[in-house]
Amino acid sequence: MEDLAVKKGRKYREEGIRIGLFLCALVSVITTIGIIVVLARETISFFGVVPVHEFLFGLEWRPLLKPKSFGVLPLVCGTAMIVVGASLIALPLGLGSAIYLSEYASERVRNIIKPVLEILAGIPTVVYGYFALTFITPLIRSVLPETQVFNAASGAIVGGIMVHPMVASLCDDALQAVPNSLRTGAYALGATPLEVNVRVIVPAALSGILASFVLAMSRAIGETMAVTLASGATPKLTANPLESIQTMTAYIVQVSLGDTPAGTIEYQTIFAVGSLLFVITLAMNLLAHRILKRFQEVYE
Amino acid sequence: MSGTPKTGTNLEKRRRQARMFRFLCAAMTWLAVIVLAILLVHITKQGIKWVDLQFLTSFPSRFPDQAGIKSALVGTLWLIGLTALVSIPFGMASAIYLEEYAKRGKLSTFIQINIANLAGVPSIVYGMLGLVIFVRFFALGRSLIAGALTMSLLILPVIIIASREAIRAVPGSIRQAAYALGATRWQTVRDHVLPSALPGILTGVILALSRAIGETAPLVMIGALTYVAFLPEGPLDAFTALPIQIFNWASRPQEDFHSLAAGGIIVLLVVLLAMNASAILIRQKTQQGKQ
Amino acid sequence: MTQESKEQQTPTSATRPNVLEARDVTILYGDSPAVRNADLVIPEHQISSIIGPSGCGKSTLLRAFNRMNEFIPICSMKGSILYRGDDIYDQGVDPVEVRRRIGMVFQKPNPFPKSIFRNVAWGPAINGYEGDPRELVESALRSAALWDEVKDRLDSSALGLSGGQQQRLCIARALAMQPEVILMDEPCSALDPVSTAHIEDLLFALKKEYTIVIVTHNMQQAARVSDYTAFFETGVLIEYGETDQVFTRPAQKRTEEYVTGRFG
Ligand SMILES: Nc1ncnc2c1ncn2[C@@H]1O[C@H](COP(=O)(O)OP(=O)(O)OP(=O)(O)O)[C@@H](O)[C@H]1O
Ligand SMILES: [Mg+2]
Repeated sequence: MEDLAVKKGRKYREEGIRIGLFLCALVSVITTIGIIVVLARETISFFGVVPVHEFLFGLEWRPLLKPKSFGVLPLVCGTAMIVVGASLIALPLGLGSAIYLSEYASERVRNIIKPVLEILAGIPTVVYGYFALTFITPLIRSVLPETQVFNAASGAIVGGIMVHPMVASLCDDALQAVPNSLRTGAYALGATPLEVNVRVIVPAALSGILASFVLAMSRAIGETMAVTLASGATPKLTANPLESIQTMTAYIVQVSLGDTPAGTIEYQTIFAVGSLLFVITLAMNLLAHRILKRFQEVYE
Repeated sequence: MSGTPKTGTNLEKRRRQARMFRFLCAAMTWLAVIVLAILLVHITKQGIKWVDLQFLTSFPSRFPDQAGIKSALVGTLWLIGLTALVSIPFGMASAIYLEEYAKRGKLSTFIQINIANLAGVPSIVYGMLGLVIFVRFFALGRSLIAGALTMSLLILPVIIIASREAIRAVPGSIRQAAYALGATRWQTVRDHVLPSALPGILTGVILALSRAIGETAPLVMIGALTYVAFLPEGPLDAFTALPIQIFNWASRPQEDFHSLAAGGIIVLLVVLLAMNASAILIRQKTQQGKQ
Repeated sequence: MTQESKEQQTPTSATRPNVLEARDVTILYGDSPAVRNADLVIPEHQISSIIGPSGCGKSTLLRAFNRMNEFIPICSMKGSILYRGDDIYDQGVDPVEVRRRIGMVFQKPNPFPKSIFRNVAWGPAINGYEGDPRELVESALRSAALWDEVKDRLDSSALGLSGGQQQRLCIARALAMQPEVILMDEPCSALDPVSTAHIEDLLFALKKEYTIVIVTHNMQQAARVSDYTAFFETGVLIEYGETDQVFTRPAQKRTEEYVTGRFG
């Protein structure tokens, strides 16, 4: 019995290692708590000065100049324009590429396209911002001369290019997960590839595709450097993509580039806007996971 | 079988539509390749004339001819080194805990969901976290270490997710063999699971670090300087980094600075390329080793 | 008659002490039992085999002998397993210590993706072996009848060996720990007849120093190598006795049907 007993030294060492590893795993939980606390603290002070409804529903955003006004809708409008524009580009292109990769392309073509998509996904956003500013904007202006130097369209286009690889690869995964029996079954009924794809494969992979769309839009909302460089710093309620606008993220960058002392209302605004940004993206990410989970249940 | 002309034309039409659809999808796909080509050509055309030894060895300057990226390049290397030092051990430890130790219960599910969500938090929010916690609360100032800690938190989810996948791919029979020899959990992990998972983990780590190299927004938030005419000598020194320098040049109105930014981008892309090439090399090496 | 069959279920010989003893062991996966109320003793320096149709719980019982079931979260056990009279499931017992003394060889050869030498030397190394590892590796490989085949390439990868060689390496790896008992779960099922014969010869040689429990699907193998045979069906121990008796004069009808059915 003696020698089968737990050796004290070894037990403590193993237990110590386990606890150490657990603490490391807790870092991610602490990070989340940290984000929430940091954002909430300043945001609560902010709402002590500016009423919540004035922030959420106010039509004018002028926090730095007098008379001050703290209606966040112009920033939300700017972000929405970028997201809508980017989605119009990235969602159809991403899905189309995914269908091509998963249903039509040969192994050789896949081996070319996949790395290209990976490279596109790996290019830093500041590079895309530069590309928007120095290539896309002049291109738009050569066609539509009334376009402003900073404009929503340029940011939206480059945003679309940026999230396209993500949509393509997530949709590709979703399409590949569709059981082959569905494909062969549909072809056996004499359907053309178009009909098989549109009526059978895409509907079967719909949850995965929708989830990828939601995730891509969430990414576009959080996109910062490209829109800061390309789309300007003019918070305004407009639907004209050729004008200068400001997104939530670009506003945060604008303030932090200046010298804003902590504790002032200007400093607090970035946390209020940051909170809004965080809540929206979190909600969308959770939504995407929810959709995906449904999808897995269907197949199990 | 389709004797009536009606079905015949219908079939013809369906076939034509199918061909068009295929063509459309192919066009959309190749568009990505074209865009990448345009982007690379545009940047090279704009910036290549600046990239020379003088550019690499000069500090930034008001005069485009004399400006260089020495401090930014060195700052980036420091930043990535420190970020790797912090994020790799924490990321691997988290992954080991979740895969090898945690009971499949509520807590581990919660940590898992939490990590997945963290991966989707906009990078600028991490910047705000870093600003309040590292720069202000821990009074690290606008230092390299504040930047590296912020970047570490940002890429931690990516490293954890990649490491978990690599660890999960290690066959269970290896663990069983080790346990049956009277190995403890840690001995099994240290001597068998980790060595087998290491190539996969390294690939994930390099991808995550590549992301950190290009991240700009968090550095802007924590206030990395845009004009630095000295080299950092320790983790507590102020710094600038390649993406910050590029952003700074690109946001100036003068054309010359724009093309300087393109020069900076070329250097940045070369650094990224080198990182990714090493990831590919690691993958190939280990695949050969297995055969 | 009943008296007699009860006797046969616990073969004990005055000269041989029992190394392992399962007492009223029931093992569950979730709610469904895989082994039910099994009583079984494993005598020292003998080969005991466990036979029975697929899914009857042989592997499950075998893994209970060195607490390997603990890595299956839904698996739970009732009853007790005694090793030299001590319950290995007692509170204060360290499963790591148990597994050092009761080694295991698996159905599919599972060498570590490391050198042949490291495969054998690793177990002793982590358990604080202080002698010369080269001597130990050589003697373990000799005992596993593998030494002559690998002595010139101890530093090359174990994955380069043939299936039969890999399995003997796994046996050598277990022997290097100098355990008292070796549990083998269908060690030959992935091997060709020549390798199988090799390992069967090996079992006879090992018997002098080790106590061996072997699970097998192969009726001839059980008859050839083992001194005692236990026959399980749907988790229940139907019959246990000396191999000769179980195969030629089974006490239970089910045993007879099973054994002859396969023999014919
Ligand atoms: N990990 C597990 N989870 C759930 N049930 C299991 C698990 N392993 C085994 N079982 C079940 O327990 C029963 C006994 O399994 P066990 O592997 O012990 O059978 P066996 O006699 O070794 O069969 P075989 O001869 O095929 O190896 C089977 O019904 C099996 O389905
Ligand atoms: Mg079995």
